[in-house]
Amino acid sequence: MEVPILKQGAVLIATFQAALSDADLNHLRSALVQQVVRFRSRGVIVDVTAMDVMDSFASRTLREIAHIIRLRGAETVIVGIQPEVAFAMVQLGLTLEGVATALDLEEGLAYLNQKFKTMK
Amino acid sequence: MAKRDESSELLRELVAHLRQNRTQLREEWVGRISETRLLTAMTKEEIFAEATSVYDSYVEALETETFEALQAYARNLSERIIPRGVETHEVVGIVLLLRDVLARSLFAKYQTDFKKLNRILDAYEPAANRIANTVAVGFVQERERVIRQQQEAIRELSTPVLQVRERLLILPIIGVIDPQRARQLTEQLLRGIRTNRAKVVVIDITGVAAMDVTVANHLVQTVEASRLLGATVIVTGLSPEIAQTLVTIGVDLGKMNTVGDLQGGIEQAERLLGYKVMALAEPN
Repeated sequence: MEVPILKQGAVLIATFQAALSDADLNHLRSALVQQVVRFRSRGVIVDVTAMDVMDSFASRTLREIAHIIRLRGAETVIVGIQPEVAFAMVQLGLTLEGVATALDLEEGLAYLNQKFKTMK
Repeated sequence: MAKRDESSELLRELVAHLRQNRTQLREEWVGRISETRLLTAMTKEEIFAEATSVYDSYVEALETETFEALQAYARNLSERIIPRGVETHEVVGIVLLLRDVLARSLFAKYQTDFKKLNRILDAYEPAANRIANTVAVGFVQERERVIRQQQEAIRELSTPVLQVRERLLILPIIGVIDPQRARQLTEQLLRGIRTNRAKVVVIDITGVAAMDVTVANHLVQTVEASRLLGATVIVTGLSPEIAQTLVTIGVDLGKMNTVGDLQGGIEQAERLLGYKVMALAEPN
């Protein structure tokens, strides 16, 4: 199942569906990396609210997406990690170091807007 | 069938004997209880009153071969004596003493007729064992129920997650943290972050004297998990021992935000949230 990517002003929003295969994740990564430059986006929000498990591959992919997008000149924020998922991730040592996180979509947008202001 | 009839016949005879000698046997039993220093938490009068009830329930259980009434009485008795600090060994001890007192009286009565004594004991022993079992199990069950209830109460009391300002939570932790409580704290905190849409959390551990390596690691994990939900955690009131533990496990200080006391922690949280608190006037 492919992850839809929505464009909202200067921000791209990718919303994860329940279960994603590794291939879907790889596809999402390349799609985001391309579109962030094509649309001249300044921020990317990856919404993982629907995910009730986060394995090491998904977690590593999220981190890679964030780092690649920073190299492409935009900011990434991961939103909507569920409390149980968060603790399970930490126990597995998947702490998404160096990646911004926020509670939900609204918070993520607020975070990016704040970032854009300081970047001006 | 014939054997069963004979057995209940013997039990009837036995019960009649126990009824007849009620006063004497009961007194002997109470004497043995104080001799062996059981039930020291209770007064002599109380022991005597309880002993009478136990004796009558015991005889009744032997007579009717039903244990419900005895079970109910054992539970009721346990409810009354557990808060006074009566121990399991004491309860088992007094029931076994009664069993012993009664057996001795049977030996005395039938000492001339060994065959009959044997048959009487065949009927008496299983019933007596079952009675002892019922009382002991009833006591232990009641004790476990009390313990469970108390654990539940402690668990609920011990971990409030409080909102002190819009988007600012505090979690004051007091007492000993075992791994189970730590897990529960984390769950409550993460859920609290979500429902209160918190951005900053102050975890105050002034009331925690020490924590072992497992729990310290758990605290670090809680801080990281909170970050994944988009909240910043400030830990305040670390005692020297806990600070030492955290250093020993090699915590990454870049991830841990710590402030000396709760007041400082709340002030820093307010700064992070963009609040500015000032006095409107000089206090009187």
